Amino acid sequence: MSARASFASAAALLMARDLRLALRRAGDSLLPLGFFLVITTLFPLALDPELSQLRDIAPAALWVGALLSSLLALDLLFRDDGQDGALEQLALCGQPFAGLLLAKTVVHWLLTGLPLVLVAPLAAIALGAPYGAMPGILAAVLLGTVCLSLIGAVGAGLTLSLRRNGSLLALLVLPLAVPVLIFGARATALAIAGESLAAPLYLLAATAVLAATLAPWALAAAVRIGLE
Amino acid sequence: MNDLCADNLHLWRGDMHVLRGVSFSVRGAECLQVTGANGSGKTTLLRALCGLVPPEEGQVRWCGVDIGADPSAYHRALAYLGHDNGLKGDLTADENLRFGIGLRCRVTPTAIGAALTRAGLAGQRGLPLRQLSAGQRRRVALARLPLFDARLWILDEPGSNLDSAGQALLLELLQAHLAEGGTAVVATHQALDLPAGTHRGVMLQ
Repeated sequence: MSARASFASAAALLMARDLRLALRRAGDSLLPLGFFLVITTLFPLALDPELSQLRDIAPAALWVGALLSSLLALDLLFRDDGQDGALEQLALCGQPFAGLLLAKTVVHWLLTGLPLVLVAPLAAIALGAPYGAMPGILAAVLLGTVCLSLIGAVGAGLTLSLRRNGSLLALLVLPLAVPVLIFGARATALAIAGESLAAPLYLLAATAVLAATLAPWALAAAVRIGLE
Repeated sequence: MNDLCADNLHLWRGDMHVLRGVSFSVRGAECLQVTGANGSGKTTLLRALCGLVPPEEGQVRWCGVDIGADPSAYHRALAYLGHDNGLKGDLTADENLRFGIGLRCRVTPTAIGAALTRAGLAGQRGLPLRQLSAGQRRRVALARLPLFDARLWILDEPGSNLDSAGQALLLELLQAHLAEGGTAVVATHQALDLPAGTHRGVMLQ
């Protein structure tokens, strides 16, 4: 009888596996990032390139771009594992399913959310935001992408069993992401204006904590239904 | 010990009444072979036995306890092989076993190497699985089973895509599992050449 694996080692192994798989398919993981950059740089091209006007639309451009690119990335989260039976094996491995799915979501954020956090300041500068606004924008996008990954994962779990799930996923996830959009865009606007952005950041942080607490259970229930 | 018992299982798929009061029990060191025409609900039955699909009526008991009472404990005792292998095409056979088994129990590279050699895949260990044939991928999935350290095996068409040497491997693994007192439920149309007294059949209508 060999020793049973602890949950921590199982979760670490699952994260290592997902990271390795993503490395072997680097193109897939980078696609949402490229999408975000293209969307945000299209705005200055389509608008009058006047600095004050660019600054006005910068929060909206950043956050709509982040929202759409996180939606695009959700397709990667469970699709392959659902198709090749790996998700069934995860559900039947005797480890807490919600915890394993949370580990998968964390890796998904590392691969698609974190790159967004890193390039968001660049995109903000391209949209005319002052350098002083960078820490605020960074903090807002960091919290915002965490929320979007968690909310999106539940949506991806719910649409797991549908063959063409793209458009339904958008309909399901985008309304739920509205609070993130509102607080995120507000925090970004305040940061650009050089004012205190504590209030929207607190609300974003609260949303992130709420999502991190509730999403794993909702996710496990959704994926179980998808596996039936 | 190691009793799996299904009691009057009923299950609908939409309007279809797929399982109509299925009952059986299997003891340790015994293999139950599930047969039935295509569409008779073999896969549905096996998935219900795993706890993936809850039956509308009836109960599945493992060692006398309802499997819903402590799913984690039941799943630790269970190795399931479905139609899909649950292996990643971008990973090698070695990596697939290391990650797949490591989720459940500690496993050494030597044990993985021995399991793959036994499955006749010693030369293909380092290749990404997508470069292997369907039969070879099935062999990797079979090689995984003994390493799961599970007392109950539930196998859905384990012999699909396998050549005669692969079928022999499947029988060898099954016999070793039964000899250790393990229980097996296997859905297959192929005759299972197992020792007398360890093998029974149930036919789904």
